[in-house]
Amino acid sequence: MQISGAQMVIEAFIAEGVDTVFGYPGGAIMNVYDEIYKQDKFQHILNRHEQASVHAAEGYAKASGKVGVAMITSGPGFTNAVTGLADAYMDSIPLVVVSGQVPMSLIGTDAFQEIDAVGISRPCTKHNYLVTDANDLARVLKEAFYIARSGRPGPVHVDIPKDVTAQIAEFDYSKPVDLETYKPHTKGSTRQIKKAMEAIANSKRPLFYLGGGIINSNAAYEVRDLIHRTGIPAVETFMARGTLSHDDKYLISMLGMHGSYAANMAMSETDMVIALGARFDDRVTGKLSEFAKNAGVIHVDIDPASISKLVNADFPIVGDVKNVVEEMLELADTINPDHYESWRETINNFDELHPLAFHEDSERLKPQWVVKRVGELLGDNANISTDVGQHQMWAAQFYPFTRPRQFISSGGLGTMGFGFPAAMGVKAASPEKTSINFTGDGSILMNVQELMTAVEKKLPVINIILNNNFLGMVRQWQTLFYDKRHSETDLSVQPDFVKLSEAFGGIGYRVHTKEEFDAALKDAVEKNVVAFIEVLVERFENVMPMVPAGGSLFNMMLLEKKKETK
Amino acid sequence: MTENSERRVISVIVVNEASVLSRITDLFSGRGYNITSLTVAPIPDSKYSRLTIVTSGSVRVIEQITKQLHKLIPVLRVYEHCDLVEKEMALVKFPITENISDINSLCDAYNGKIVDIGDDMIIGMVTDEPKRVENFLSAIKKYNPKEIVRSGAVALER
Repeated sequence: MQISGAQMVIEAFIAEGVDTVFGYPGGAIMNVYDEIYKQDKFQHILNRHEQASVHAAEGYAKASGKVGVAMITSGPGFTNAVTGLADAYMDSIPLVVVSGQVPMSLIGTDAFQEIDAVGISRPCTKHNYLVTDANDLARVLKEAFYIARSGRPGPVHVDIPKDVTAQIAEFDYSKPVDLETYKPHTKGSTRQIKKAMEAIANSKRPLFYLGGGIINSNAAYEVRDLIHRTGIPAVETFMARGTLSHDDKYLISMLGMHGSYAANMAMSETDMVIALGARFDDRVTGKLSEFAKNAGVIHVDIDPASISKLVNADFPIVGDVKNVVEEMLELADTINPDHYESWRETINNFDELHPLAFHEDSERLKPQWVVKRVGELLGDNANISTDVGQHQMWAAQFYPFTRPRQFISSGGLGTMGFGFPAAMGVKAASPEKTSINFTGDGSILMNVQELMTAVEKKLPVINIILNNNFLGMVRQWQTLFYDKRHSETDLSVQPDFVKLSEAFGGIGYRVHTKEEFDAALKDAVEKNVVAFIEVLVERFENVMPMVPAGGSLFNMMLLEKKKETK
Repeated sequence: MTENSERRVISVIVVNEASVLSRITDLFSGRGYNITSLTVAPIPDSKYSRLTIVTSGSVRVIEQITKQLHKLIPVLRVYEHCDLVEKEMALVKFPITENISDINSLCDAYNGKIVDIGDDMIIGMVTDEPKRVENFLSAIKKYNPKEIVRSGAVALER
């Protein structure tokens, strides 16, 4: 089939089953947008900033498990998208991002809207391409989708000069991908798995350490099965929230910097860490030399470079978590759940000593209450996105997650401004669920222009702004570690969030009390349009417990016992 | 990392395509690894090139370097050599006023010779193990070398 490069992009998307593309047109990508105009096989969602397009594609990918797709123009269009690429790279989210480039004849001449896009995207993508001949386009696009979704997933960037999108060439998308140099190792070594299971059976205090790789490999239900059959307790990383249901008796909680006391103590006391798709991030481990100090380590990961990167693995298993856990399940009978009775008891005692909790206040709403309340009212019926900061940690700590892909957040890069566009992508992927974005008064302004997109495309995201008039997480560190010098974190000067939402055609609520909050959330769910629910919360609330940066997991700052008042 | 840093030679077979070299060097700079020397040339009758990278780091860092290199899509193979034959070339320009026969003998002792004599200069060439090339370069200091160029190491496993 002889078609133009621009048509090839469309045909490739259709062949890949793409139903939604997020993007923003511009000079160098116009040929492709002309073809988008002519087709009706997929919808295009026009964000109001390229960064938001990529975050929306991330939200779409995380909620659906499919490859997210974004399209942008050259120069500033591309550079705006870089934060999204970096975010997807850090959190292993499969994306294909197509950018326009100036024509080949102008590359290297400092042409209008020219930038070395592949040079910039190289360190923040799994792979990238500059396509110099339309004859390569079918192969490149097919490889891009394959690389994005296979192995350890990640973003792939395809940069296409304008004259290549105009070039007529042969298009054949049926040829299978043949990459001699890229063959992800998906099946774990059976011998190694057997040895690991023996080691578990011989351990006294084993602990599952569940990571985001479980969500990526769609292995959550197999992992639940393995945990229930072995009776081994589990901690989740931030990225793994929802792997186990919140009410699972084997789930301790989240571990790490803002993990629960019980989760961090369990990790400090365990004699066998069973890491599944987790990467021993510094926010999880705290001080490395003290992390799980007396434990053996079984590490299952599809990325060999993640194994023994920070913590030496005694039983490294390279493979897809799902495949490996399925093999582990075959040997699950070799492990006696009764062995761990007293170990589970110890952990329960930790939890009773310092449970994840907060103190209610009679004057101002507590942000944690808001998160819990949304959980009570919407529970499984909502998908939860977040921005980055204190609200993000409270969402991870207090929302009652029931399933994988329910929690969508920026973990590795920690990108403020992620939540709102991501929640739109989540809504596009999963329209039957309410899409909530927990955000803060700092984060929401970083992609607030997306109100327009949400109104235009009828993506009724409910943004719950936990407003403490502070850049809260930085303020917390300033309070704790900088002698209360609140440098540039006081956000007392603010827009009227209700009017702001209304100005774009959304709805807004300002909430001071529990009753007002319930009414606002109920109304927003019913009205089914994009909403801001601004909740005025306690200004100086800290996220607790906390492991100070570089500290050991067992040395946590804990919630102060409530002062007895009146 | 307080572990001991040691010199290692790593060979990488890559698809010979645009920007593959910057993928490799970006990886080293982005992750804070050292490059002592790097050589690259196409492998005859194939679509691949071979890089020889001399680097240094602790055992854990070297392991990470090889794993991270292998993660790059156009990388076919990564060898971390133990038992290898390693060679490097150096060219040195001397003023014509220096003692040609001394220089010639020195070059000779390090598998080399004088390769060019012009109106005002002599160019000597040696090919030897990197350590010995270093010895040569220190030995010729008194002959006032004007310019020195080293090729970086190439290596093959025994």
